[in-house]
Amino acid sequence: MNFLGKLSWSAIPFDQPIVMAATAMMVVGVVSVLGWVTLKGYLPYLWREWLTSVDHKRIGVMYIVLALLMLLRGFTDAIMMRSQQALAAGGAQGYLPPEHFDQIFSAHGTIMIFFMAMPFVIGLMNFVVPLQLGVRDMAFPTLNSVALWLTASGILLVNVSLAVGEFAKTGWVAYPPLSELQFSPGVGVDYYLWALQISGVGTLMTGINFVTTILKTRAPGMGYTRMPVFCWTALASNLLMVAAFPVLTATLAMLLLDRYLGFHFFSVDAGGNPMMYVNLFWVWGHPEVYILILPAFGIFSEVIATFSGKPLFGYRSMVAATMAICVLSFLVWLHHFFTMGASAEVNGFFGVMTMIIAVPTGVKIFNWLFTMYGGRVRFTVPVLWSLGFMVTFVIGGMTGVLMAVPPADFQLHNSLFLVAHFHNVIIGGVVFGVMAGYTYWFPKAFGFTLDERWGKASFWCWLIGFYLAFMPLYVLGLMGMTRRMQHYDVLSWQPWLLLAAVGTVVILAGIVCTIVQLVVSIRNREQLRDVTGDPWNGRTLEWATASPPPAWNFAVLPRVAERDTYWSRKQRAHATPDQPQEYEPIETPKNSATGFVNAFFAVVIGFALIWHIWWMVGLGLLGAFATLLVFAFRNEEEVEIPAEQIAQFEQSHQAEVAR
Amino acid sequence: MNIAVAIDDVRNDALPSASEAGPAPKRIVVAYGFWIFLLSDIVMFSALFAAYAVLVRATAGGPTGAELFNQASVAIETACLLASSFTCGLMSLAIASRRRDATYVFAVVTFVLGAVFLALEIREFAGMIAIGATPQRSAFLSAFFTLVGCHGLHVTAGLIWLAVMMAQVEIKGFRATVERRLLCFALFWHALDIIWVWLFTVVYLMGVRP
Repeated sequence: MNFLGKLSWSAIPFDQPIVMAATAMMVVGVVSVLGWVTLKGYLPYLWREWLTSVDHKRIGVMYIVLALLMLLRGFTDAIMMRSQQALAAGGAQGYLPPEHFDQIFSAHGTIMIFFMAMPFVIGLMNFVVPLQLGVRDMAFPTLNSVALWLTASGILLVNVSLAVGEFAKTGWVAYPPLSELQFSPGVGVDYYLWALQISGVGTLMTGINFVTTILKTRAPGMGYTRMPVFCWTALASNLLMVAAFPVLTATLAMLLLDRYLGFHFFSVDAGGNPMMYVNLFWVWGHPEVYILILPAFGIFSEVIATFSGKPLFGYRSMVAATMAICVLSFLVWLHHFFTMGASAEVNGFFGVMTMIIAVPTGVKIFNWLFTMYGGRVRFTVPVLWSLGFMVTFVIGGMTGVLMAVPPADFQLHNSLFLVAHFHNVIIGGVVFGVMAGYTYWFPKAFGFTLDERWGKASFWCWLIGFYLAFMPLYVLGLMGMTRRMQHYDVLSWQPWLLLAAVGTVVILAGIVCTIVQLVVSIRNREQLRDVTGDPWNGRTLEWATASPPPAWNFAVLPRVAERDTYWSRKQRAHATPDQPQEYEPIETPKNSATGFVNAFFAVVIGFALIWHIWWMVGLGLLGAFATLLVFAFRNEEEVEIPAEQIAQFEQSHQAEVAR
Repeated sequence: MNIAVAIDDVRNDALPSASEAGPAPKRIVVAYGFWIFLLSDIVMFSALFAAYAVLVRATAGGPTGAELFNQASVAIETACLLASSFTCGLMSLAIASRRRDATYVFAVVTFVLGAVFLALEIREFAGMIAIGATPQRSAFLSAFFTLVGCHGLHVTAGLIWLAVMMAQVEIKGFRATVERRLLCFALFWHALDIIWVWLFTVVYLMGVRP
C-alpha cells in the first residue's frame, strides 16, 4: 500500500487553468494575511485574544468572519454558473467543462448552506443570545470554542478540495446511487462527506450548548414569557439542530460505510435502497431550512420593534408560531420528492402539512406589519432589509405553497422554478435577515455604527439584483428548463439566462458595497463612535451594557421584571443598572487552546480519511484524544476578575456616557 | 450522584417560579446539557433503527436473522450489560458518600461486565463473518452490523471514559468537576442500557420470528 494512500501529484489539477488560478488566488490571500499578521507582530495577540478565546462574543464574531469569507467563495461559484449558462446555448459549450461545472454547483450549495448561512446565523446567536438573556457566557464556553473550530475544519477541507483532488459532482444533496463508489470513484464525495461530518459534530455541540444556555442560565426574573423573541427563535432553531443533525450524521455515516467498506445501505444491488437516503437526508434537510430561517425571523422581530419604537405586536402568537413551525418542520420532508412514487394518500398528507406550515409564517408577517402600524418607523438599513424581506419572502412562500400541490410539483420538480423558489426564501429570508442582524448588532460588537449610505446602496443592489437574477428562473422553470444544466439546446431560454446573469452582477455590486461599507466605517470609526452602548434606542438587555461589552458582559447580573426590560427601565429613567457601591469579583472561564488544537487534528483525520492515509488517521485520532485528556486534567478552569477592575471599567463607561 | 440527588440540590423556595429563578447551579446545567446530548444520540440511533427496519427483509438471498442469531449468547450479553448498569448505580452511591475504595471496586466490576459484553459481541460478529455473513453480503447485514456495532462503539467509548475517570478520581480526588463528569458518565452508561433494550427487542427478539 502506498505511503500516502491515494494521494499523488496527479491530484493537483495543473491542466485546468481556471482551478489553478483560483487556487493561486486563495493561497496568495492566505499567505499574505498570515504574513501581514506575523510581520506586524499580531500573532501572540491573535492567539491569546481570539483563537483560544472562549468568550461567546469573540466566537460569534469569528463565526461571522468565516461566513462572510464563505459568502465570497460561494458567490464566486454562483457567478461562474450564471455566466456559463448565459453562454452555453445552442451548440456552444461555454467555458466550463461538465466535470468542472458539476463540482461548482455542488460546492455552491454545500458552501452556502453549511459554511455561509449556518455560521452566520450561529455567529449572530452566539454574540447576541447570552447578552439578551442577561448572562455572562454560554453554558459550556469551551465546547462553544470546539464547535467553532470544527466548523472551521469543515470549511478548510472544502476549500482544500479546490486545490488537491476534486469536489463532489453530485449536487449538494449527494444522492445515491450517483454518490456511491461505483459511480463517483473520485475523492469528491469523500471531501463532501467528511467536511459535513466534522462540521456537523460542531453544529450539534452548538445546539446542545444553546438549548442548555437558554433553558437553564437566564438572568434572574427572565421567565419564558419575558425572553426576547430572538432568544425564542434561537431556542427553536437549536432544538431543531439537536433533533435533526444526528439524523444527518447517521445518514452520511451510512453512505461512508457504503463507500469505504462496501456496505449496501443505498446501493442498487444486494437489497440496498437509494430512496432511503433521500428520505433520511430530508428528515434532516427540511428542519435545516427552519434552523436557518427561524433566527432570521427573530432578527426581524427585534429590528422592527426597535425601529418602530413599539413593543412587538402579538408576542405570544409570535412565540406560538415559532414553536409550531419548530414541530411542523419535521412533518413535511416528503415534499422534496413527491415524484418518488409514494401513494396519493402519502403525497396528499405531506402536501397538506406543507400548506399548514405556511399559516404560522403568515401570522408572523402580520405581527410585523401591525408592529409597524402606528409606530414612528425609522428607515435605517436594518429596517430596509426587513421590509425587503417581508415582500420577497411572501412571494417565495407563495411559490412554495404552489409546489406543495403534488400534481403541480410533478411538473416543477427539479426545474429552475424550484431553484428560484428556494433562493427566493433563502436570500429573501436568511441572507436579508443576517444582513439586518449584522448591521443592527455591529455597533454592539465594535463600538461604532456601520456607514448608512453604503449600507443602503448594498441593500438596493441586493434587492434589485435578487429580482433580476431569480424571477427569470421562475419563467425558465415554467418553460421546462431543469436545474444543473451545463449546456442546452433551446435558444429561447438564453435571453432569460442573460437577464439572470445581469442580476448576478447587480448582486455582486451589493457585495462590493458591503465590503466598502466595512472599510469606510472602520476608517471613519471616530465619527461613527457610539459611547452609550445603545445607539438605536433599544429595548432588550444587550443594549444595557457598554459597546463592546466587557468580558464579563454585566458588572451585576440584571434583574428582569418585565418584557422589553431595558426599554421599561429607560422609561423609568434608570437607563443604567442599579449601581451597587461595591462590585463583586467575577469568575470568567479560562481561555483554552482545546478547540483550535482539536480542529487541527480534525483536519488531519478528515484529510487522511479522504485520501486513505490510514497511519495518519491513527495519529490524528491519538492527537485529538490527547488534546481531550489535557483539557480534562487541567487544574484551573476559571480566572477571577478583581472587583477593582470591574469598578474601574464601569466608572469610565459611566463617565463616557455622561459626557 | 443519581438524579434524585441532583433534584435535591434545587432550592425549594425557587421552585414556584422556576423559570425566573436565575441561572441554575453548575451541576444542574451540566447534567441538563448532557441529557440533551443523550437525546440527540438517541435520535441518531433512531435513524439507524429506521434503516434497519427498512432493510431487515432485504437479505438478497443471504442468511436471515433467524438463521444467525444465537439467543443464549445474546441473553448473557444482556445480563452483563444490565448488571453493569446496577454496579454503575452502586458506584454512584459510593461517590455520593465519598468512599474511594468502594468507587474503585464498583468501577472495576462495571468495567469488567462491559468488557465481557463487548467480547461476546465481537465473538458473535466474528462467528458471523466466518460463515460468510459479512456486512457486505446483504443490505440487511449492513444495517445489522451498523446498528449493533454503533452501540458496541458507544460501550467501548464508555469503557475508555470510565478508565479516564478513575485516573481522575485518583489524581484529582472528588472535586466538583470530577463529580459532575462521573454523573454524566452514569447517565451515559444507563442510556446505553435503554438503547440496548430496544436493540434486543427489535433485532434479536423480533428478528427470530419466522
